[in-house]
Formats: sequence, C-alpha cells, structure tokens
Amino acid sequence: MKAIIEVRNLIKRFGHKQVLRKLNFSVQQGEFVALLGSNGAGKTTLLRILSSLSKPNYGEIQIAGYYLPGQAAQVRKKLGVVSHLPLLYGDLSAEENLKFYGRLYGLSDFQNHIEEILQLVGLLKRKKDLVRTFSRGMQQRLAIGRAIIHDPEVLLLDEPHTGLDQDAANMLDTLLQEIASRGRTVVMTSHDFPRVANLATRFDVLYKGKIHSSKLAKDLPQHGLLAYYQSIVDEIDTGGGIQDAA
Amino acid sequence: MKKPTALKILDIVTLITLLGATAMVFFYAPIERVMGAVQKVFYFHVAAGWVGMLSFLFAAIAGVLYLVKKTKIWDLVGVAAVEIGIIFIFINIVTGSIWARPIWNTWWTWDPRLTTATIMELVYIAYLMLRQGIDDPERRSRFGAVYAIIGFLSVPLTFFSIRIFRTIHPVVIAGSDPSAVGTFDMTATMFQTMMVSIVVFSILFVDLVWHRIRLGKLANQVEELKFNIQD
Amino acid sequence: MQPKTSFFKAMFAVVWKDLIAELRGKELISAMLVFALLVIFIFNFALELDPKTRSALTAGILWVTIIFAGNLGLNRSMSVEKDRGCLDGLLLAPVDRTAIYFGKSIANWIFMLIVAMIVLPIYSILYNTNIISPALFLVILLGSEGYVAIGTLLASMAVQARTRDILLPILLFPVILPVLIAAVKASAGILSGFPFSDLQTWFNLLIVYDIIFTSVAFMVFDSVVEE
Repeated sequence: MKAIIEVRNLIKRFGHKQVLRKLNFSVQQGEFVALLGSNGAGKTTLLRILSSLSKPNYGEIQIAGYYLPGQAAQVRKKLGVVSHLPLLYGDLSAEENLKFYGRLYGLSDFQNHIEEILQLVGLLKRKKDLVRTFSRGMQQRLAIGRAIIHDPEVLLLDEPHTGLDQDAANMLDTLLQEIASRGRTVVMTSHDFPRVANLATRFDVLYKGKIHSSKLAKDLPQHGLLAYYQSIVDEIDTGGGIQDAA
Repeated sequence: MKKPTALKILDIVTLITLLGATAMVFFYAPIERVMGAVQKVFYFHVAAGWVGMLSFLFAAIAGVLYLVKKTKIWDLVGVAAVEIGIIFIFINIVTGSIWARPIWNTWWTWDPRLTTATIMELVYIAYLMLRQGIDDPERRSRFGAVYAIIGFLSVPLTFFSIRIFRTIHPVVIAGSDPSAVGTFDMTATMFQTMMVSIVVFSILFVDLVWHRIRLGKLANQVEELKFNIQD
Repeated sequence: MQPKTSFFKAMFAVVWKDLIAELRGKELISAMLVFALLVIFIFNFALELDPKTRSALTAGILWVTIIFAGNLGLNRSMSVEKDRGCLDGLLLAPVDRTAIYFGKSIANWIFMLIVAMIVLPIYSILYNTNIISPALFLVILLGSEGYVAIGTLLASMAVQARTRDILLPILLFPVILPVLIAAVKASAGILSGFPFSDLQTWFNLLIVYDIIFTSVAFMVFDSVVEE
C-alpha cells in the first residue's frame, strides 16, 4: 500500500521552543490513526502543519502525492479539517454555510450534494436555522459536514469530542465510522480513550515532538489501549524521560 | 558574547566626532544676523530629522527583507531602526520647538513638516504598541514588518497632502519661498557645520543600531537559555 | 483540474457570505449607523453648531463620522472571522489569499457606503440643507475605498493580537491621514459650490492614494494571514 501522508524530519519551532523535533510520521491510505499524548506534546501543531495552516521550519511533507508547503493548493483540495472551533458562521444557516464552503472549494451544482451531507450529519430538518442557535454537538456535526463537502481523501480532526455530551459524541463516532468505511484516511487527536479505542486502527503516541511509539489496533488486546498508553507513560517516566532531560 | 573590537572603536569615534560637531556648532559657525544664537539649534535639528527619516527607511527595508527571507536578523534591524528613529524624531521636534518659540513666536504651528514629523512619531509608536500586543514572536515580527512598510509609505503621502496648505517652515536648502518666516542665507561655514552634523549623527545612528541589534541578540540568547533550563 | 478555485468565484463567495450574514443580523450596519448618528449629535453639542459655523465644518464632521463608524465596522467584520475560527476555514480552502482580502474589502466597502447613504440625507434633514450631490458621492466612494483597503488589512492584523479591541484605531488612523485630508478638502470644496475643475487636484490625489494603498495591502496580505 502507498502512504498517503508521509512526513520526514519535521521540525517546528515557536520562538526558541522546539515543538516538533525531527518527527517522522507515515499513514497508509484507509488507515484511521489516533494521535495520543499529553498536552504540549505537539499534536495540535502537527495537525496544523499537515492541514497547511502552519509552515514547518524544516522537513519534508507529502500528502496525497503533493508537497507542503510548495503545493499547498493541491493539498488543500484533498484535505478536510475539523478543529476544536467549528469554523462556521453563526449568522448563516446550516445550508448557507455549506454553500459558502462549497463555493470556496470550487464546486458547482451542489444543491443535492448539500442535502446529502446534511442528511448524513443528521441536520437536514434544521438546514434553514442559523448556526448560532445550534448546540455544540450540532455545530460539531455540521463542522464535519463542512470538512467533507469536497469529498477529501484525508480527514484531520483535532479533539473533535471536546465539549460534546454522550449522545452527540456517539453520533460523531457513527459519522466517523461511516466516513472511514468509505476508504477515507483519518488522523485524529483525542483524550477520550474509550471512544478512540473503538474507532482507530492505529495508535501513535507523541512525546516531546516525536512519535514515541506506534501500535496497530489488531495487535492490542480488547480494552487494552489504556494499559498500553499507561505502559508508555511509565516507560517515559522511569527511563526515557530522565535521560532525555539530562 | 564579547563586545566586538570594531564596535568599541566605533563608540570612541562616535564620541569624538560628536564632541567635534558640537564644537563646530558653537565656535566655527557664525551667529546668524537676524535670529541670533538660537539659530544654532538648527544644526542638530536638521541632523536629527535626517537620521530619524533614515531610520524609518531602514525599518521599511528591513520589513521587506524580513517578509521575503523570514530571517530573525531583519526583525532585529527593524525594531532597532524604529526605536532609534522615534528618539531622533523626538529630538527633532523638541529642537524645532525651541527654535520656533522666538522666531515664529509659538511652540507649535500646524506647519506641514512639523505635523508630518509628529504623525510619523505616532505611526511608529503604534508600531511598538502593535508588537507589544502580540505574544507569538514569529507573528510579532511578521506584523511589525508589514506595519513598518505601510507606515513608511503613508508618511510622505501625509506630507504631500498637508504641503498643499501654505507652509511657513523655512525651506533651508534651495530656499525659494520668500514668504517663509525664518529663512536665512547660509554662509559657507554654516553649510559645512550642517553637513558635518549630519555625517556625525549618521555615525551615531550606525553605532546605536549596532548596539541595539547586539542587545536583541543577547535577549534572544537569554530566552533560549531560559527554555533550555525549563526543558 | 486546476488546483485553485477561480479568483473571482472565491472573492464573490466571500462578498456573498458577508452580505447574506449582514442581511440576517443587520448587526454591523445598525451599529455603525447608530454610532454615526451619535457622533453627529455629539458634534452638534460639543461645537455648538449654528448655521454659520456649521457650513464650514460639515465636510469635517461628515468624514469623522464615516471614519469612526467605519472603524467599528472593520473591527466587527474581522472579529466574526476570528471568533469561530472561520479565518482558518477560509485559509484551508484552495483559494488565493488575496481573493479573501478583496472579498472582505469589497463587503466592508459596501457597508460603509450604505451607512454614508443613510447618514447624508439624515444630516440634510437635521440641518435643513441639501448636501447630497453626485460629486460628494464620488468623494465618499473614493475616500472610503482607500480607507477599507488599508483598514481591512490592519483589522486582520488587529484581531490576531491580544490587544485587539484597542489596536485598530491606533494602527489605522495615523496611516490613513493622507486619504482623510484629501477627502475632507474635496468634500469641503463641493459643499462650498466650487467648480469641479478647482478640486481636480484632490480627486487625483484620492485616486492615487487608493491605488497605492490597495496595491500595497494586496501585496502584503499573504504575510498577515499565512503562518
């Protein structure tokens, strides 16, 4: 299989703080990768760079056959991004938001397509309502609708479960499974271990700006994700962490 | 980081030439017939104005270079030039006021140059406030560069706009407007003193910029060391 | 398949989006309008405008009103983009950054012109004098173009700063002065009934300033939004 995301020797600094340190990361087509790690490990930074919103200081990034940041426009066409903010306009209706983003992605004759997407995210009945009247869960679902309007090959999600109640989170998971089952590639950061464990096919732990370890879901025992993550944290605390600081 | 020898030499040269220029102003240049001793403020007034303009030009050029190359040094040059420019234009405005009080009988007039100089000062104070309001260092540099370019572009346009109102400011070089109050014929010694002042202030400018860039680099090092300790 | 959405398609999408959203809430224009009226009233009492002194001040009052109201509008227009992360949403799309800039500028320009179109007749009624004329409209058209050209750029900087609420006027007013001077002088000339030929200089200046400011903003906008 061919890698759809290929990152080599990625370095990103903020001032003097090096957030990503020669990070290597590769995702095969159709994989559902969960990025785990403590706050400040560089998860959000990595996603922002992959989504072309932030430029790396050094390193090579290839997504769907195009390079970043040189071929950003081509990459953007292949990417759907969901951040912890909804990226939606409160004064526009659900339908108008999708219409606007559809136009930005150069789609035409997409009225039926918008209805389909609204159906998929379960908001068809409320398509005429303003987004600011929506609950956080509904906004998040519409945000996913917005991210997949141009049928991207890769979906990047940053903490999509944050601030959602049980029902909304369940609905989100169903939606993500549906998207993944269509053969799309998904990379997601999350703190919600039980949910991630059910979704992802691969778990990568980010530590101090590098992928510290990586494990396929099929290699983990059932309900084994938390134990696996804990073992890595312990390993960092006892051995690797101290060595690294010295 | 040790202070480079060239900088030490430049410090000394600056000090000596500055003293020399001051001596020239007081002992070499003659006392102007109509205005008297107060006219002597003119030499440093013009020199400070010149260096101030030069600083802001440097800041704008450094801004362009920063946006193109994205290297930290151009940001340091930009900040250095703006800070020094603000000081020199301030000196320029204050000395201008001292000169204006006996000659135009007022501390302040809404004359194009005076007004433009003050607006220019405000533009670059806004520049410093913009930088202060941004926490991310990379973004701070980027926005500073953009604003330095726009500010420098706007200043001559402001001058040009106000210029269309009649001016009472003496047009010192190639003076053609006979109605301007405070115009005087420059003697050869006056002209020499003015040129020397301008050159000396330019040396002072280079010296200060050098010091300020060095200070910026040292501040960066301190930041870096702090981060290393935290890690 | 070309990688980028066409420039004009993207630009008009942004304009369309801003106009639709404004039509919904009318928050921006109504705030600008109420603010503009308040400024006129404050001037009335602060300057004790009697008919004689007023005629000389009308142009200045008009422009101060437009510029203050415009500042309010610019701030709001860019805050909307920042609040729910919409600016990121725009940047994620395969469009030219300058298409976003021109889209926002055109929308802001339209809002300012709408406000001016309402303020002019109200001013005329309040002071029982007709100040509406095609020439004055042309000055407002040109003056506000220069204003939004730089204003949209600086507002997109200001909203990304910690001190965003206070920053925009401080950044914008000193650099917009040349446009303001030319606009006030041209307006004053028109209101005093000078022939157009006498005001040619000011119109030329306005056009030149508009071109300079628009092209510079166009060139540097990338650096303001691209990290």
